Amino acid sequence: MDQNNLNNISKDLFKPLKRTEDTSELISRPSRTFMQDATRTLLKNKPAMISLFLLIVIILMSIFGPYMNTYSFKEQDLSKAKLPPYIPGLEWAGFDGTLTEEFKGKTVDEAKDKAIRRFTDNEEQQKYLDIKVLKEGDGTKNSAEIEVSYQIYKAKGIEEVYWLGTDQLGRDQWTRLWLGTRVSLIIAFVAALIDLVIGVTYGGISGYYGGRLDNIMQRIVEVLVSIPTLVVVLLMMLFMQPGITSIVIALCMTGWVSMSRIVRGEVLKVKNQEFVLAARTLGTSNGTIIRKHLLPNISGIIIVNTMFTIPGAVFFEAFLSFIGLGIVPPNASLGALINTGFDNIRIYPFLLVFPATLLSIIMIAFNILGDGLRDAFDPKMHK
Amino acid sequence: MARYLLRRVGYMILTLFIIATVSFFLMKMLPGSPLKADDKLTEEQKALILEKYGLNDPVPVQYVKYIGGLVKGDLGISFVFDNTPVTQLLMDRIGPSALIGFQAIVLGTFIGILLGLLAAIFHNGFLDYTSTIIAVLGTSIPSFVFAGLLQYSLAVELELFPVALWGTFAHTVLPTLALAIGPMATAARFVRTEMVEVLNSQFILTARAKGVSKAGIVWKHGFRNALIPLITVIGPMAIGLMTGSLVIEKIFAIPGIGEQFVTSVTTTDYPTIMGTTLLYAFGFVVIILVIDLLYGLIDPRIRVSGGNK
Repeated sequence: MDQNNLNNISKDLFKPLKRTEDTSELISRPSRTFMQDATRTLLKNKPAMISLFLLIVIILMSIFGPYMNTYSFKEQDLSKAKLPPYIPGLEWAGFDGTLTEEFKGKTVDEAKDKAIRRFTDNEEQQKYLDIKVLKEGDGTKNSAEIEVSYQIYKAKGIEEVYWLGTDQLGRDQWTRLWLGTRVSLIIAFVAALIDLVIGVTYGGISGYYGGRLDNIMQRIVEVLVSIPTLVVVLLMMLFMQPGITSIVIALCMTGWVSMSRIVRGEVLKVKNQEFVLAARTLGTSNGTIIRKHLLPNISGIIIVNTMFTIPGAVFFEAFLSFIGLGIVPPNASLGALINTGFDNIRIYPFLLVFPATLLSIIMIAFNILGDGLRDAFDPKMHK
Repeated sequence: MARYLLRRVGYMILTLFIIATVSFFLMKMLPGSPLKADDKLTEEQKALILEKYGLNDPVPVQYVKYIGGLVKGDLGISFVFDNTPVTQLLMDRIGPSALIGFQAIVLGTFIGILLGLLAAIFHNGFLDYTSTIIAVLGTSIPSFVFAGLLQYSLAVELELFPVALWGTFAHTVLPTLALAIGPMATAARFVRTEMVEVLNSQFILTARAKGVSKAGIVWKHGFRNALIPLITVIGPMAIGLMTGSLVIEKIFAIPGIGEQFVTSVTTTDYPTIMGTTLLYAFGFVVIILVIDLLYGLIDPRIRVSGGNK
């Protein structure tokens, strides 16, 4: 009973507590800013990093690609028109400089006749036709099948090498492809930049100042938003001389509206928080508050939105050039090249394959990178 | 609700009026007239032709006449197709465009919903990754690239379908497929995100605890809840289809509105260009209005916030 009496605990059992620094509030790991956090998440996102790498390669190629051979983008030579892709050393991959096609007929001879009519009527050049019989005919319609490959470079005695072939006017497709990419990317970046500047300024002012100004600005936006982009862009393109500048202007006419709406919404969320109030109490001017306090806080969403504007602009440029309202010959853009490719889809599919593939890769890469950035900048995704 | 509707219809008419006005004056500033190819005409003949198209009035009078005609559904006379009213021209061409658009949106959303459902049910599994990849490809790759791929592989090489032109059902297959990719990818992405969220919610846990079968959970509790927000993306989807139809109809030589527009641009047939533009604009604003109203009906919170800002 005595032992359990709390009053009888001997004093030896007590040790004085050494006063140490309170460690519970100490941050054990280095603190990371929001941007550092986002960068880490992005760097860990493999598809996004692959896309970024691809895009850098494509951008570099669009800068240096056209100078990698000696052909110009508008030098025409009809005797060298529609040559197939030929890269010495890469013959096994299909870049063998031959045109290959299958022909059908009642007999093998009829099929051969078709092949000769199709490729060349010159006796000398016919030596370069390789004919492989796939099916001996039995006299009925299209029973005989042959595969003919025509070594057109050797037949025509062409010394030059066209890596991706030539188009219908004998222009080098490699040079045109990368120049076209350059045009498409310039349009996309410039349009995205202008959207960014106008959208952020408009949305920022509208959201920050509020009141009657906001009311008027938002009524204007409401009207603009209800006008379909397609209609605006088509009308502007009809009105202006086709070219890079006019496409950019047409895309920016209504393109900035969505950015301004997003920025306004974000500004409304942030502007009443305490740190803004503190800044205002200290006498910071409105301009400085917008630039120094609001914009950094909504930069994530701005970057993500811009990232999705770019593929949209790439698409619209290709779309306009494809229906004949965009870039005009001899200048090239991906859309214009694809348009030419469609005219020759049956016989010269290589004219369509390369620009179409490149356009698709650019679109996919930008979209995946955009998704990655959104994940990185969305705090809900941080674990 | 009535006030909201009135306000929205007001905006719609204002938008159409602005588009009509801007396009009218833009077209007036462009060179080109119905006389373009006929330089050998006498002055009297020219005057007669201009009279027929109403081009000898001062521009403001032409404008008032045009807007007046617009209200009655009269879009003027085509410069290229002699004596054909633009309204008539477009009416004849709505059929093919509407058919392909309808087939594409039905097929696209159906497959898209299916893909999205599979992805959500087998979350983070093989099917999930496959359908996500399909969705990314579908949203990124432009429909005209798909059209080229389909045309080359299925029509030129395998000769399963006609390469182009219009006539039988077989002619509609490739354009429908090319157009359906976009809605499919959008629907797949959307349904997947919604389903994953719904399947992780409390009431699904309750249902599971009460012993509801997996199929019952997915179908009765999950799917229905995930489907409601899908209405929001139908608007952008339909707009994408309209943009797509311009190029798809050109590629497959379909006698629809989009093909008409592209032809009118190359032949500088201004009344037809304006008519087509207005028709597109009308389609856009009507779709957006209908979607907003539908959404407001389903989710009352949207209606309130949309009604007073």
